[in-house]
Amino acid sequence: MTTEHEGHEGAAIVAHNITKSYGSVHALSGVSITVPYGKVFGLLGPNGAGKTTLVRILTTLLRHDDGNATVAGHNIASNPNAVRATIGLTGQFAATDEHLTGRENLHLVGKLYHLKKDAIKHRAAQLLEKFSLTDAADRPSKTYSGGMRRRLDLAMSLFNHPKVLFLDEPTTGLDPQSRITLWQIIKELVAEGTTVLLTTQYLEEADHLADRIMVIDHGKIIAEGTPRELKSKVGGDVLEIHVERVDHAHRALDLVRHLAKEAPHIQEALGMISIPTAEGANAIVEAVRLLDAAHIKIADIALRRPTLDDVFLTLTGHTENAPASAPRSTGEGPHFTTGDGNFFSTR
Amino acid sequence: MNIVLKLEHAVSDILAITQRNLIKYTRLPQLIIFSTIQPIMFMLLFTYVFGGAIKTSTGSYIAYLLPGILVQTVLFGSMQTGVSLAEDLSRGIIDRFRSLPITQSAILAARTLTDVVRNIFVIFLMTLVGFIVGFRIEHGVLHFLGGLLIVLCFGFAFSWISACIGLSVKDVETAQVAGFIWVFPLVFASSIFVPVDSMPSWLQVFAKHTPITATANAVRALTLGQPAGDFALQALLWIFGLLAVFIPLAVISYNKRKG
Ligand SMILES: Nc1ncnc2c1ncn2[C@@H]1O[C@H](COP(=O)(O)OP(=O)(O)OP(=O)(O)O)[C@@H](O)[C@H]1O
Ligand SMILES: [Mg+2]
Repeated sequence: MTTEHEGHEGAAIVAHNITKSYGSVHALSGVSITVPYGKVFGLLGPNGAGKTTLVRILTTLLRHDDGNATVAGHNIASNPNAVRATIGLTGQFAATDEHLTGRENLHLVGKLYHLKKDAIKHRAAQLLEKFSLTDAADRPSKTYSGGMRRRLDLAMSLFNHPKVLFLDEPTTGLDPQSRITLWQIIKELVAEGTTVLLTTQYLEEADHLADRIMVIDHGKIIAEGTPRELKSKVGGDVLEIHVERVDHAHRALDLVRHLAKEAPHIQEALGMISIPTAEGANAIVEAVRLLDAAHIKIADIALRRPTLDDVFLTLTGHTENAPASAPRSTGEGPHFTTGDGNFFSTR
Repeated sequence: MNIVLKLEHAVSDILAITQRNLIKYTRLPQLIIFSTIQPIMFMLLFTYVFGGAIKTSTGSYIAYLLPGILVQTVLFGSMQTGVSLAEDLSRGIIDRFRSLPITQSAILAARTLTDVVRNIFVIFLMTLVGFIVGFRIEHGVLHFLGGLLIVLCFGFAFSWISACIGLSVKDVETAQVAGFIWVFPLVFASSIFVPVDSMPSWLQVFAKHTPITATANAVRALTLGQPAGDFALQALLWIFGLLAVFIPLAVISYNKRKG
């Protein structure tokens, strides 16, 4: 290990200046991260940002061009098997065998960890139970739903109690209920001391789970910090008001303009105004009072936290291309972006 | 880690993945059924359609044909190795294997071993059908079994060639075509179906010197009770030669594919 690393000996993941190109595509151009033991690190970025590439490099599935990294103290290039022995990986696409049953998949993993027969059986049953797969345990996993397959995949990566867990977009494609369950499981693992590196396209998810977030785009780090720091970089809350009669939009805006911290935005055709504000929940109270006094009917009002769109708009000056990338996220314009219940959120 | 433990782990990795490969056949028995029907059909067609017209030194054509067609069968069966490998590589499970602390080449060894198991099953059925249409072991069961062993080793060697092909192509369809196309001339320009002496002399030069002819001749000599030593030696030399070249080649190209 190089001297550079010594300062971080205690960290679960240390990566220095990792670069990777596919021909002329620079998937990663110099990414460095440090993840202390027991923490959750959120890697946030739009499609093609390089998230999967970084995860595959750190989990020894892919060779990097330059830079160096250690995972749980083991160098990924010179000691890949030691890395593999300590990590768990749930990739972006399920790494299960469709012809094997859920139980057989788990047994296979157990055997490949060279565990004892009884221990394998016991652990498999335990994981099937934990991930609510007991009923489906003995049918081929190709008959599983997408969510079940992801759960099986996660169970397989947890088989040997990994010290460091890599989750590449673990909740993409899950229904809200399964997502919350998965978040819960991740939190439990972290409480037990597991270090987690998780990639996501949803700021909200990173916000919810991660101690630290890194935003990458085009293979470069564009921001890093705690969720709070990041959000303050992006800007504060946005007050969104949807008036019932579109022709009231301008009058409404004039009434609440003083709540704005930056230039407000209006979409006349929809009767929508969005006002970046620093007033927090107070902005809602104030807006409701003023508009009510002026007899302007409000169809909807919400204080929303910055979304991934805002992050990218602010940090990169371009938005991710919404339709392909973020089915649950924004897409429809600012008003509909709240999605997952962060209306009135004041966290 | 000491070497004994390492070896133990490697063996257990190979067995675990072989078992996984074999489970697939129990879930999709049609895979085995179709890969058995085709060579059996070949055997019956050759016996009854061409058999009468082909002059061999053996009494009946089936006595000549069976040893040869076993070689053809394992050869085609082995070519499945590359296809299965390409298929595995295109699936998520390979990422699972690669993220586990296993002997990475166990994936290749397990694949080739699986195809040996499958070949055992298929040649067993072929021999059975051979008996029904008149094949007899004339020179002791041990010699015959020795012949079968050579056939299986021959199949194992060609599995590694096939593995190299499967690893060097990008998708399953290409593996399918690339795996089979070059085998046909080798199979027909050999002593599998007809004596090489009946071919034009320019072709004989080629046909006499392929591993296929050597193996077919060795197995045939063993089952018919003819002197088999020279042929068997030739066949074994081919088998070891091929293994010595293609095992390292497959391992190298597997490790290179990373990414
Ligand atoms: N095998 C490959 N060959 C060529 N280019 C690749 C390959 N894999 C990835 N790339 C390119 O590298 C860049 C980063 O891809 P990566 O998969 O890491 O992105 P990502 O952040 O995981 O995106 P997503 O959110 O869509 O999963 C992209 O521009 C992608 O096109
Ligand atoms: Mg990805």
